[in-house]
Amino acid sequence: MADSSMAASTAGANPRRPLAGAGTSHWGEKLIKVFLALCAAFSVLVTTGIVLSLVFPTISFFGQIPLAEFLLGTTWAPAFAQASFGVLPIVVGTLIVVVTALAVSVPIGLASAIYLSEYASSRVRKVVKPALEVLEGIPTVAIGLFAFFFMRPLAEQLFPFFPWDTPFSIGIAGVAVGLLIVPLVASVSEDAMRSVPAGLREGAYALGASKMRVSMRVIFPAAISGIIAAVVLGTSRAIGETMVVLIAAGAGNPNLTFNWFGSAQTMTAYIGGTATGDISQGTVVYDTIFAVGALLFSMTLVMNIIATRLVRRFREVYE
Amino acid sequence: MVIQKGEQPQRSRLAVAGARSATESVFGAGSRADRIGNVLFRALLLLGMGFALLGMMAIIVWSFVDGMPRLDMNLITEGPSSITPETAGYRTAILGSLYVIGGVILFIVPVGVGAAIYLEEYADHTRWWNRLIEVNIQNLAAVPSIVFGILGLAFIVRGPLDLGFVAAAGSLTLSLLVLPTVILASREAIRAVPSSTRLGSLGLGATHWQTIWHHVLPGALPGIITGVILSVSRAIGEAAPLLLVGAVTFVMFDPSFFEGQFSVLPVQIYNYAGRPQEEFRVLASAGVILMLAVLLVMNSFAIWLRNHYENKNAR
Repeated sequence: MADSSMAASTAGANPRRPLAGAGTSHWGEKLIKVFLALCAAFSVLVTTGIVLSLVFPTISFFGQIPLAEFLLGTTWAPAFAQASFGVLPIVVGTLIVVVTALAVSVPIGLASAIYLSEYASSRVRKVVKPALEVLEGIPTVAIGLFAFFFMRPLAEQLFPFFPWDTPFSIGIAGVAVGLLIVPLVASVSEDAMRSVPAGLREGAYALGASKMRVSMRVIFPAAISGIIAAVVLGTSRAIGETMVVLIAAGAGNPNLTFNWFGSAQTMTAYIGGTATGDISQGTVVYDTIFAVGALLFSMTLVMNIIATRLVRRFREVYE
Repeated sequence: MVIQKGEQPQRSRLAVAGARSATESVFGAGSRADRIGNVLFRALLLLGMGFALLGMMAIIVWSFVDGMPRLDMNLITEGPSSITPETAGYRTAILGSLYVIGGVILFIVPVGVGAAIYLEEYADHTRWWNRLIEVNIQNLAAVPSIVFGILGLAFIVRGPLDLGFVAAAGSLTLSLLVLPTVILASREAIRAVPSSTRLGSLGLGATHWQTIWHHVLPGALPGIITGVILSVSRAIGEAAPLLLVGAVTFVMFDPSFFEGQFSVLPVQIYNYAGRPQEEFRVLASAGVILMLAVLLVMNSFAIWLRNHYENKNAR
């Protein structure tokens, strides 16, 4: 009796503790456990597969192209007769998209998060939160079409004095990507704000603080690591976004450009656009897909590690 | 303020209100500028949220307006064509999507739920390999989709599996892409089942697996279904990785799973959108309507299901 109540109380305190020792005598039980463990281990296999599939062609690529030329070169023309392998133009393309997307999604996403967490009545929240979640599921192809056929012409009509010299615009693609990551930024930072203990809020309100003051001076600083995590996750999503950029930003030009209004290529769009063509295995162009993929993978990996750390920190503080 | 009903919060709300009025009576209420600032701040927040919702709505509305003229039966019954956009459709792409998604469901349900059960019910979290699996799944969930396309190209289409550019390769690639999402959602759902359920079952002499199968899984089912539906709907809309595993060509004949060319709905839309004629743009938008209709219904159902059961459990 004492034993079982103790087991119940420890399990209640830490529900993730495995139920050790139960029913281990039956061999069928063991077989099931092995199968389940294999399912879980499969994910490690996937990561290994990704790393392996990137590493070997990348090594073969750098056997032919020096690393310095790849990282520092300013002309990206792998398929040209006069081939050139400087990755900077497409890295800059990605940067333009990321900065633009963040400039759009951070203010909008944070405003939505503060409103939902501090101002909205539970009835409003019950409608808006699921709506944002459903909208998060809009396929990126649809957003790409919207950006190319609607936003870009509209922008030219509203601001005809900018240099819109092609039907494509990397900046407009960035705005569309920003729209795409708003729900992500909003929901992650709203979670962080909601997990700020009620006592902090109540203390501030009891001292006569206004809602704005509580939101900006209490909730915002208390939730800051979660908010940064939301921004980092959004960044990593924007780096990896392919279809919107592929549709709305065009094929780009081989030279380094910072033109927000013109066509430019990103790393993802290069991979997506090149792999669709007829590229035979074993050529340098084929290997560039993997070299760029490796760069992309390591960039997002770093972002995600930062985000995971930050999320864990705010969880540890308040849970 | 976010304070729910109940004895304790009720009391603390009264305390806050009392302390607040006491402070205000001593120091005076906020100044007029303060009040105006508050109204402006609130308006700014509402503007931001309105913009988020309106922007998303605009995508849906624009697709409907633009694609309406081509919303006919040919859209579903006719295959693709580069010469007659007026009657071309998505027949082979829809079939391709069905094959690919069927494969995804068959793969992710057992493997994803199995991994989640292992991590929640069996794994000893002090062991390094279990922690490795957990960290690995979290990182995998955030790897860009196009990188999975590279994996598919190197490992599934060519390399060890050598399936070629067929629907099965696309299906497996997308399965790997959404697997982490399924595992994470299923884990949440399994974790939410109260441990008293497990202890009660074990106490009555059920084995570990009997407890999981008869008591934990039924309780976690709504959450698991939600995770699976959201993942499948993501797989339906995903185009980028499939560009690398061969879904780009115009497919004239109905595809099969293990041989022959295939395409899927979003890739076919992308393909039409890249053509210069006006008719192809309308055709692409009509395809978006098809896809949006399916996805929005699926997502709404999944989220409704989860919220419905969450409220039930909380009660």
